[in-house]
Amino acid sequence: MKPTHFVLNGKKTEIASPPMSRLLDVLREELHLTGTKEGCGEGECGACSVLIDGEVVNSCLVPLAQVEGAEVRTIEGVIEDPRFKVLQSEFVAHGGAQCGICTPGMIVSSASLLEKNPHPRRDEIENALAGNLCRCTGYSKIIDSVEAASK
Amino acid sequence: MLKSTFVGKSVPRKEALSKITGAAKYIDDLSFPGMIHGVTVRSPVARGRLKKISFEGDLPWNEITQVTAKDIPGENCVAVILKEQPMLVDGMINHPEEPIVLLAHPDRALLEKARKNVKFEIEALPSVLSIDDALSKKAVVWGSDNILKSYLVEKGDISQAFAEADLIVEGEYTTGAQEQLYIEPNGMIAVANPKDGVTVWGSLQCPFYVHKALKTLFGLPDDKIRVIQVETGGGFGGKEDYPSLIAGHAALLAWKSGRPVKIIYDRAEDMAATTKRHPSRTRHKTAVTKEGKILGMDIDFVLDGGAYLTLSSVVLSRGTIHAPGPYVVPHVRIKSAAVATNTPPHGAFRGFGAPQSIFALERHLDVVAARLGLSPEEIRRRNFIHQGQQTATSQTIKEPVDFDKLMDRAFEMSHYHSKIKRFEIENKTSPIKKGIGFAAFMHGSGFTGSGEVYLASVAGVEATSEGRIRVLASSTEIGQGKNTVFAQIVADALCVDVGLVDVAQPDTSVVPNSGPTVASRTTSVVGKLVEDAAKGLQATLRQSGFLGESYTSAQFQEACLVYLEKFGSLKTLSQYKAPPGIFWDDEKYRGDAYGTFAWAVYVAEVSVDTRTFEVKVDDFVAVQEIGRVVNPLLAQGQIEGGVIQALGYAIYENVIWKDGRMANNRMTNYIIPTTMDVPRVQVHFEEVPYAYGAAGSKGIGELPMDGPAPAVINAIAHATGGDFKHIPLMPEDLMRILT
Repeated sequence: MKPTHFVLNGKKTEIASPPMSRLLDVLREELHLTGTKEGCGEGECGACSVLIDGEVVNSCLVPLAQVEGAEVRTIEGVIEDPRFKVLQSEFVAHGGAQCGICTPGMIVSSASLLEKNPHPRRDEIENALAGNLCRCTGYSKIIDSVEAASK
Repeated sequence: MLKSTFVGKSVPRKEALSKITGAAKYIDDLSFPGMIHGVTVRSPVARGRLKKISFEGDLPWNEITQVTAKDIPGENCVAVILKEQPMLVDGMINHPEEPIVLLAHPDRALLEKARKNVKFEIEALPSVLSIDDALSKKAVVWGSDNILKSYLVEKGDISQAFAEADLIVEGEYTTGAQEQLYIEPNGMIAVANPKDGVTVWGSLQCPFYVHKALKTLFGLPDDKIRVIQVETGGGFGGKEDYPSLIAGHAALLAWKSGRPVKIIYDRAEDMAATTKRHPSRTRHKTAVTKEGKILGMDIDFVLDGGAYLTLSSVVLSRGTIHAPGPYVVPHVRIKSAAVATNTPPHGAFRGFGAPQSIFALERHLDVVAARLGLSPEEIRRRNFIHQGQQTATSQTIKEPVDFDKLMDRAFEMSHYHSKIKRFEIENKTSPIKKGIGFAAFMHGSGFTGSGEVYLASVAGVEATSEGRIRVLASSTEIGQGKNTVFAQIVADALCVDVGLVDVAQPDTSVVPNSGPTVASRTTSVVGKLVEDAAKGLQATLRQSGFLGESYTSAQFQEACLVYLEKFGSLKTLSQYKAPPGIFWDDEKYRGDAYGTFAWAVYVAEVSVDTRTFEVKVDDFVAVQEIGRVVNPLLAQGQIEGGVIQALGYAIYENVIWKDGRMANNRMTNYIIPTTMDVPRVQVHFEEVPYAYGAAGSKGIGELPMDGPAPAVINAIAHATGGDFKHIPLMPEDLMRILT
């Protein structure tokens, strides 16, 4: 099988999985990066959010072949980025995580927002997280967390 | 009262960082050497007789582990309240998606093909698919009359109320099913063999429910079954009873294959097959005086239980007891029933029957008020229950309850009165109609009636060899904050730093049975056991002479280590005892239904676009009295999350049924609220410490599910003048009713 090459969390990576494998499965099962979660498998819930060349995508909808030559960042990479450490502390302080299953996806989407727009308005945060579903928090504490991290 | 250092503070969630960084391991994140995958092959029909199973297609069937009912070593049942639901179909099929065959193999792609190639020969039988069909006995699918369970609650003489009434107002209200939609689908891993017994790891709320089900399924003794809860991505009641099936299925496949087996449901399977909130129908006939005094409530409350009893009797019980709301009414009659239909069994879901009956009552009271020419506020104020008065089950309210104060606070925070005036003027000229509505309600803490006494829960604390304290309870962390709250309660009981307290992972081979994680009981009821056990441990240390009257955390640790060195172990347990003066009569359904209640008034403000029939909830105020608040940040999180889940119940979440099966079992066509749909919920707590709850607390988890639906629908009615009797109220319903 022809391997797929991409940069994963800053490291060159080569994977010889079938090209139509879901990126989500490759990350979780081949690369053991289980911080990216599966909530629906059809691109609705955002639990599997990762960054491909800086854009938030649902990794359950992305075939491996599509990331050839791309830069992929997962929650495991995002939390190592010193720019986003503040997201972690603010999610703790403001109660942004409850059951936690949507939280890595929320962090990834929030990081992408702050990368492009370091001081977003509240409605811009809501808009950026509209593709990430949460069933526990009612969202306000997540938005509070991101808002605090951007100050 | 204990000295509070940590109780009352927003101590950060203990496991927050591991969840935020993605390090926390949920069931699908675990993998065992030699592990294979399991899938479930399910019934395509609502009701029928299974004649034949065949394994077809060009597939390596000899490599695929196959399990049917005949492979079950013990009893073929899901032991919960009764043993009526089979673990796998054996002859009779009673609902769509009922499990019939289990398959396991290392290759998931092959398993998917195999699942499609298991064929059933089924003799279809007539089915019952609605409450009306069940009650009219269109077919008899359960017992002799399709009644799973019924209750009668009586207080006073309802006929006297009707004789004395100035006005009698009738109404019928219905609620749809609601999908749980925890973001983590159900899943289990099992290891099972005759020598070691059965061990399962899973996403679940109630380790000892699963334990009991596995014990019965395999016919094994207690110590041969072990259940371990791993990080669980939301529960809401959806992981109360159904995980027993998945654990049983994974264990049967593991038993037969000799390998660890993992079953993870995909979203479509989870939505189609697992439990939802019971659909309901409530009929009210209310006798009132012209001054707005309620003389009598005659209530007929029916739940659609689905194909098996499962938990419907207890869901019905809570819905029945909450049906007359927080009002003092001299004459009450409540007839209630859970009926059998050929849909997957409906189950526990946050609120547990109360959101259904409270929706009906709080909507109905607005209608009664309008008929009397009173405001919605006045009819409630004239009938609120107060300390010393009796509920419909003749429970005397012993603690202070001040609904007028809760209502004043909620109206002040929401600017209720000024908005009513403003909207009246603005609505005349705008196609967007604004409205404001509210609901007043209560939620009983802990199990209903004698439930807590029968459970006789045990929880404890122990000192570890590192000189730390570990809480021992089977209560699970499902996002609600159990780990943190238990640590706060224990830290204050022991007068040590909260960082010194760990909470054991629920593992039935390690922790005592503190009961299920349900019924808003974990903080208040189980927390009390944990608190008492901690005080017992402190007393033991003092009696031993190793601990003085006052001490630092370091001195406490030192005392624990000295004690451990001398005596080997330091562990105290505490068992549930009912608060004094509590009495419940199961026969007459009368007495103290709950140790205490949480009380609330919620206000919703909406905009209704009369061109598109879109509803937007612009503001929401949640005022409640929940005893003492142990952790304000976590408590707010519970209220905010519950309110938004209930907004979904009111206006977004529509389960569409086709032949007894959920037709829209995908996140693309079953819509829950997103960041774009929700208001900022304003939360306010009145604190009146409850003497018999941990650190003065009452139950909180379910309360916020009860009030938002009637508050929102009352607001939409206020905005539009429409008469709404059903939730979910979808835009197409609004268009039909208003045009």
